[in-house]
Amino acid sequence: MTTPFEPVLLKRLGKPDSVTLASYRRDGGYQALAKALAMPRTRVIDIVRESGLRGRGGAGFPCGVKWGFLPEDHSGPIYLCVNGDESEPGTFNNRILLEEDPHQVLEGIIIGSYATRAQVAYLYLRYEYGRSYRVLESAIAELYDAGLLGKNILGSEYSLDIYLHRGAGAYICGEETGLIESLEGKRAWPRIKPPFPAVEGAFRKPTVINNVETLACVTHILARGADWFKTMGVPKDPANPRDLGSYGPKLYCVSGHVEKPGLFELPLGITARELIDHHAGGVWKGRQAKAVVPGGISMGFLSASELDTPLDFAGPGRVGCLGLGTAALIVIDDQTSMVDVLYNTCRFFAHESCGQCTPCREGTAWSTKILERIRAGHGQLRDLDLLMEIAQSMGTIPGTTICGLADGAAWPMKNALTKFRADFEDHIQSGKKSSTRTLVGAH
Amino acid sequence: MSGLSDQARAKINEYLPRYPSKQAVTLPALHIVQEETRCVSHAAVEQIAKILDLSPAQVHDTASFYGFFRSEDRPLGRQRVWVCRSLPCMLRGGEELLAALAQRWNILPGQTTSDGQITLEVAECLGACDGAPCILINDELSLHVDAETIDQRLEERP
Repeated sequence: MTTPFEPVLLKRLGKPDSVTLASYRRDGGYQALAKALAMPRTRVIDIVRESGLRGRGGAGFPCGVKWGFLPEDHSGPIYLCVNGDESEPGTFNNRILLEEDPHQVLEGIIIGSYATRAQVAYLYLRYEYGRSYRVLESAIAELYDAGLLGKNILGSEYSLDIYLHRGAGAYICGEETGLIESLEGKRAWPRIKPPFPAVEGAFRKPTVINNVETLACVTHILARGADWFKTMGVPKDPANPRDLGSYGPKLYCVSGHVEKPGLFELPLGITARELIDHHAGGVWKGRQAKAVVPGGISMGFLSASELDTPLDFAGPGRVGCLGLGTAALIVIDDQTSMVDVLYNTCRFFAHESCGQCTPCREGTAWSTKILERIRAGHGQLRDLDLLMEIAQSMGTIPGTTICGLADGAAWPMKNALTKFRADFEDHIQSGKKSSTRTLVGAH
Repeated sequence: MSGLSDQARAKINEYLPRYPSKQAVTLPALHIVQEETRCVSHAAVEQIAKILDLSPAQVHDTASFYGFFRSEDRPLGRQRVWVCRSLPCMLRGGEELLAALAQRWNILPGQTTSDGQITLEVAECLGACDGAPCILINDELSLHVDAETIDQRLEERP
C-alpha cells in the first residue's frame, strides 16, 4: 500500500494570488534562499549533487556535477542562463510553473546563481509565453523592492541581477549553445563543443544553463534536503555502475488522444499506462492507444505493448526510444495512421532545423518530401529504406551534426519504421491517400 | 518608411546596461520596433545597427534567421494569429482549424486580411498542448479553440 504522492512543484497551483511574493512568503518562500546564503556556496553545490537531481530539460545531466564543472580559479564574470525556451512538441510544464508559481523558479535561480558565483542571470523565455513574461516581470520587480535581488541580497555579501530575454519563435534556441548565440544577438547556430559552456559560454565566459523545472527542484532540495529528494523516484541500479538513478518529482505533460490532457506531478518512474489510465482519464472515445510519445516527439514512440515501461531516465531507452526527454507524453489512438504522425514530426524538424549542418538541413527536408509523396499515394516500398538511411545518417550519434536536433528528427523515423512498419506498407501498397487536411502554402 | 521613433530609441538604450555586449540588444531592439510599427523596416535595421555598433548586415542576419520579424513590404496586421500544427494539436484538429480560419478570412498562412486586422500564421508547438488545438494571438495563448468561437477569442485579446 503506497501513500498518495503529495505534489511538490505544483503544490501552490490554484491558490489565490499564487504569483505574488506575499503569498509565496506566507507559504515559506525564500527560506531556502536564506538557508543557502548562510552556507558556503560550495556546500550548496554538494547538496544538489547529493540529491541526484538530473536536468529536467531533456538531457538528464546531473545538475550538481554541471555546476562543479565551472573553473574554480576564474576571475569572472560567470553567467547563469535559464532555459525557458520550452518548445519540444508536447511539453508545457515550464509555462504552467512560470505562469502560476514564478517565485519557486526565481528562488531556484537565485540559489543556483549563488552556488555558481553568477552575478547576472539571464532567463531566456520563448516569445510565445507572453503571459509568463508579464508574470515574471512583476515577480522580479517585487524581488528588487524586497531586497531579494540586486545588491546584498537579504543583507548578505551576495548580489545578483536577473534579466528576462525573449526569444523569437525558434526551437533551436532550446539547445544550450544555440540559446547562448541567440542571447548574444546572433542567429541561433549551435556551437561545436568543446569548449563546453562551463568553460566558455555566454559572452565567452563560464556559463551554466539550467532548465526552469530543474531550478524549481533546487529550491525544494535546499528547503528539505538531499535525502528527502531521494525518497522519490527510482534509485541507482546497483548492477550498473554508470546508472545515476532518477530521483525526485517530475512534471509529466500528457496530451493527444486522452480524455483529460494535463500536467501531472508524480515521482519519476511511473509508467505510461498508469499516467494515461489513472491520471489522464484513459484513451479518448473508448479507443486503445496505438503509440505513445514518451518525452516530446524527438524521443520516438512506445508501441502499445511497451506502455508498462517506467518513465524514468533509463526506461524509454530500454525499448529503443532516445530517452525520457522532457517527459511529455503524446497519446496516439488506434484510428490514427503513423504515416500522418511521422509526416508531422518530420515537417516539424524540417521547419526547425537551423540549416547549419548539411545532413540535418537536407535530411529533415528530404524525409518530409518523401512522406508527402507517400501520403499523396505515390509512395514505393523502397522509400521506407530511403527514410531509414536518412535517419541513420544524421545526428550526433552517427557523428555528422553539431547538435542533437537531428538525432531528435531521426528517432521518430527509426521507431516508426521499425515498430509500425505495417502502417507504412499498407498505406503504400493500397495506394490510398491521407485524409488529414494540410494547407497548400502552409510551410 | 521612417526609422526609429524617439520612444523606441529610448527603450533600446535602456537595455544596453543589461549585457556586456551591445550586440546582445539585437533581439530586444527588433521586438521593440516590431511591436511599435508591425514590421522592422530597413531604415530601422540601419538605425539599430548604429546604436549597437554593428553592420546593418549583422542585424539583418539575426532578424532574418527567426522568420518572426517582418520587413516593411509585409507588415503584420493588428492581430497576429498563430495556429499550432504540431503533433498534439494535429491529433485534436489543429490542421482543420488552420484550414477553417484560412477559409473564413480568405487568406493563406503568412498573409494579412485586406483590412489589416488579422495576420494568419502557422506555428509549431506553442506549449499549450493541454488545450489543443491552441492558438497564439500576438503573444497571448488561447486554448481549446474552434473556428466557430474564434471571433470571441479575438475580442478577448484586443
